Amino acid sequence: MSILEHLSGKKSAKSAKERLQLVLIHDRTDLSPAALDALRDDLIATISRHIDIDPASMHIDIEREGRSQRLIADIPLRVIGSRRSG
Amino acid sequence: MTSKVITVTSGKGGVGKTTTVANLAAALAADGKKVVCIDGDIGLRNLDVIMGLENRIVYDVVDIVEGRCRTRQAMIRDKRLPDLFLIPAAQTRDKNAVSPSDMVRLCNELREEADWILIDSPAGIERGFRNSIAPADEILIVTNPEMSAVRDADRVIGLLEAEEKPAPSLIINRMNPDMVKRGDMLSVEDVYDLLRINVIGIVPEDENVIIASNRGTPLALDGKGRAGQAFRNIAHRLNGEEVPFMDLEARSIWERLTKLTRGR
Ligand SMILES: Nc1ncnc2c1ncn2[C@@H]1O[C@H](COP(=O)(O)OP(=O)(O)OP(=O)(O)O)[C@@H](O)[C@H]1O
Ligand SMILES: [Mg+2]
Repeated sequence: MSILEHLSGKKSAKSAKERLQLVLIHDRTDLSPAALDALRDDLIATISRHIDIDPASMHIDIEREGRSQRLIADIPLRVIGSRRSG
Repeated sequence: MTSKVITVTSGKGGVGKTTTVANLAAALAADGKKVVCIDGDIGLRNLDVIMGLENRIVYDVVDIVEGRCRTRQAMIRDKRLPDLFLIPAAQTRDKNAVSPSDMVRLCNELREEADWILIDSPAGIERGFRNSIAPADEILIVTNPEMSAVRDADRVIGLLEAEEKPAPSLIINRMNPDMVKRGDMLSVEDVYDLLRINVIGIVPEDENVIIASNRGTPLALDGKGRAGQAFRNIAHRLNGEEVPFMDLEARSIWERLTKLTRGR
């Protein structure tokens, strides 16, 4: 438990559950947090070669669904309508 | 009845597999079923002492597999339940003395005469675990409501899925309702939400478990005691009965009365 959690009075069972949720995702997918970051960077680079995107607004994460997990990518596309009329 | 092979495993050690096998076996045999337990923990046998049969061992599972005795000769009959038997593990051999196909063959032979065959798997995911799950019709995973036990349970569930074994059920052992209430122990719901497999039993932390193991008499046999009741409930669920989960917070009337008279 971090000092912050201590101060905010967060219960240890809650920490255990949150930590386990992350650990289990990584155990099940064999994807470490660092590997997920690398995948994210690669995806951004690949998609940027085709379309103009804002990396800061992208969300790439693993979501749990029962005992399976899926990689979810949410990538807002920029509006380019103004260029044509100009 | 067609016989069923049930394997009790866990990943992490010391979570209550042997306790579970001894108690489920006693509860099923007390119902008049013929039950054979196999200690799958070669080199670290323990089921014999928990069942109180350690002084009667002549042959063990390796003797059967290597043809030094007939299966019957290695089956030790329980002191009180005439339909309960134990096939002990070898203590001085290593796990490789038995193979998964040896276990399948042995269980197929036992299916001829027994209603239930319960296998006490060793901890870990090595040979002893492989041997134990090979003949299983049903797999029970024992865990405790804490970090490493839940994590290891998930590993084992994943391995079973990958090998297309029967979908396992979960026993959450050593629940402490007071700690859950304080927010310092994962609840049954938390553990279910993390592992997402069918929960077949919830067993409270209960000092009677240790007392019973000191005596070598399974606590599922005597009427009182909350862990014993929890194990009897699991045995009934294995038989296909619908048994509601007991309220871990509700104390027996007797406990409440002694609390009241002592309380002030
Ligand atoms: N519900 C319970 N309440 C209190 N003590 C318990 C409970 N369940 C198990 N124990 C104790 O925990 C210890 C380990 O139990 P047990 O030997 O059944 O675990 P195991 O999973 O078979 O261990 P191993 O992996 O070494 O084979 C024992 O001392 C036992 O008495
Ligand atoms: Mg054991």
